[in-house]
Amino acid sequence: MTSLEFDIAHLLAGSMVLVSLLLLYQDRMYALLNVFALHAVVLAVSVAWQAHIHDAHHLYVTAAIALLFKGIALPVALHHIVRRLGIHRSIETVVGVAPTMLLGVALVALSVVVMLPVTTDATSIAQEDLAFALSIVLLGMLMMVTRRNAVSQVVGFMSLENGLVLAATGAHGMPLVVEISVAFSILIACIVIGIFLFRIRERFDTVDLAALDMSRGEQP
Amino acid sequence: MTLADWAMWAMLAAPAAGALLLAAVSAYRSAALLNVVFSGLTLLAALALYDNRPAVGLYLSVDDLNTVFLILNALIGFTTSLFSAGYIAHEITSGRLTGRHVRFYHAMYQLLIFSMNLALLANNVGLMWVAVEIATLTTVVMVGMYRTHQALEAAWKYFILGSVGIALALFGTILVYLAAQPHLGEGLPSLAWDRIHAAAALLDPALLNLAFVFLLLGYGTKVGLAPMHAWLPDAHAEGPTPISAVLSGLLLNVALFALLRFKLIMAGNPAVLSPGPLMVALGLISLVFAAFMLYRRRDIKRMFAYSSIEHMGIITFAFGLGGPVANFAGLLHMAMHSLAKSAIFFGVGYAAQLEGTQQIREVRGLTRSQPLLGWLLVAGVVAIVGLPPFGLFASEFLIVTHTFADEPWLALPLTLGLTVGFAALMLRLHGIAFGPTDKVHVLPAMRLAPMVFHLVLVVIAGVYLPAAIVEWFRNVAELLGS
Repeated sequence: MTSLEFDIAHLLAGSMVLVSLLLLYQDRMYALLNVFALHAVVLAVSVAWQAHIHDAHHLYVTAAIALLFKGIALPVALHHIVRRLGIHRSIETVVGVAPTMLLGVALVALSVVVMLPVTTDATSIAQEDLAFALSIVLLGMLMMVTRRNAVSQVVGFMSLENGLVLAATGAHGMPLVVEISVAFSILIACIVIGIFLFRIRERFDTVDLAALDMSRGEQP
Repeated sequence: MTLADWAMWAMLAAPAAGALLLAAVSAYRSAALLNVVFSGLTLLAALALYDNRPAVGLYLSVDDLNTVFLILNALIGFTTSLFSAGYIAHEITSGRLTGRHVRFYHAMYQLLIFSMNLALLANNVGLMWVAVEIATLTTVVMVGMYRTHQALEAAWKYFILGSVGIALALFGTILVYLAAQPHLGEGLPSLAWDRIHAAAALLDPALLNLAFVFLLLGYGTKVGLAPMHAWLPDAHAEGPTPISAVLSGLLLNVALFALLRFKLIMAGNPAVLSPGPLMVALGLISLVFAAFMLYRRRDIKRMFAYSSIEHMGIITFAFGLGGPVANFAGLLHMAMHSLAKSAIFFGVGYAAQLEGTQQIREVRGLTRSQPLLGWLLVAGVVAIVGLPPFGLFASEFLIVTHTFADEPWLALPLTLGLTVGFAALMLRLHGIAFGPTDKVHVLPAMRLAPMVFHLVLVVIAGVYLPAAIVEWFRNVAELLGS
């Protein structure tokens, strides 16, 4: 493996962290979905590159799933849902953009600090990929926490799962069972989410979770 | 194939076939009957595994540890299917559910049993993760089944928190693979639990430490440990009651089982941080927090959901302490809690249906309006707070005395939590069982049979624990180590 191959792998994984940070401050629905599509495409390229340099052909399947399903099919479907629900205006954030970005940068720093010393024995490509993957997972969580809109929480969750796929492909020789399961679980998750979104709509005429957030089953 | 192999595959095949078949049956009587039949087949298969062990494979295995969970799961899965037949009958006549729901509900019930069996049987930690995720998704859709405002909120909250938990657990699983891969080679062997366990001493301690933190937070969310418990009371309160019983009695145990698997790997490596103190701390926090939360509950199912958090805290605490005595007490407490808590949910389910509400202040004087149900519920609550002659007394007594002997300072918060929880539940029980009422409810006595059966088992365990079971649990406790 030459150093150029290393560098490209790092460049791609690093770009995913960058796109995750981009996702954090998108305040328009369509823009958010477009950036998520970009996230999935970068993931697909990154996984395909890993497949190429390690000669691991089964990873091409994972890359194809990421590209076709998460990069194209899902964003198109979500575009459709957003249009049908008429919520393509701006998204409210609970915390402002600046504090969110600062928190995001802090989380990236945290994951680098946590992962790099721990994984010195692992091959260096896995080492840095894992640090990037953990950042993406944490950024996805941050996004789920700071958003109140159901659709953007779902996007946060899916970006988090992208980070997990990156981690799984970075772990050299990890059996396919996990990759397929991740893809499969996202599929199921989306069906569930789709049903929920429509049910929320049919009941309350809103997908703003703040409107759902008063009942604890205990008020008289 | 030997008998053991057949039994192991039947544990998966019976509920899978049941799920497929029941997805097509919308007549409620035949659906409920088929549900009972398939759950019964699963129970028979589980009992056959008691003293038969199939060969350990790369995907599935049966050992002493998971047989305890498998048999307990299959038993309660079977009795809950009996309870569910009566419960769903009432929901159909009251018009809350229709034929379409019946198909959906029963298919999901079998799918849930299938995924829990798969999680318990899995030797491959990746497969175990997949199974826990399927179980989560199945329960999410069931919690939202009534489509009310509260049910949707509960399901959404459960889905979001459950997914985050399960994502952390996957990250932890990947780290375990990375730690195992240099020693066990690429591919499947590095995910096989028995091989990782055997090679635990060789693995990189730093990676294992990090992995365990993720796994503890991830699977701990599914166990319902505070502060990751927020989904649990809502999910218990808003779903159909048979699902509350299965959630409390079984699914929480399955998540704890996943955690124990990784604790065992950690225990095999002297250089890693000890997982015990982390589990002790989370267990105690859950216990004390849930005990105080019990006071202010107005919804009866939410109240018993908090009681489940309390008991999962006690069990996690016991396994965290480690050693043969605490592990034995933890196992016994887990089995007793599952039986007693599902019995209580059976009773609460009927009480809520008869009274038409889950609000505690409106459910009054059950011992007069429906004496059998009322007194059984009293017995159930007396059992769950840990009074003799019930089995939970024996296990809590063991845990408390062992803590006093071993770690006296930890006994302080432990007994505080137990006492507060005891007082809160007794306070609420008084109104529910003996409050003023002028209603009279009719309930066929046969419908209470599963509840009686569970409580009888708990009494037997409290009065005289059969030597065979003591021996069995003692072996498993030895296996679980310190």
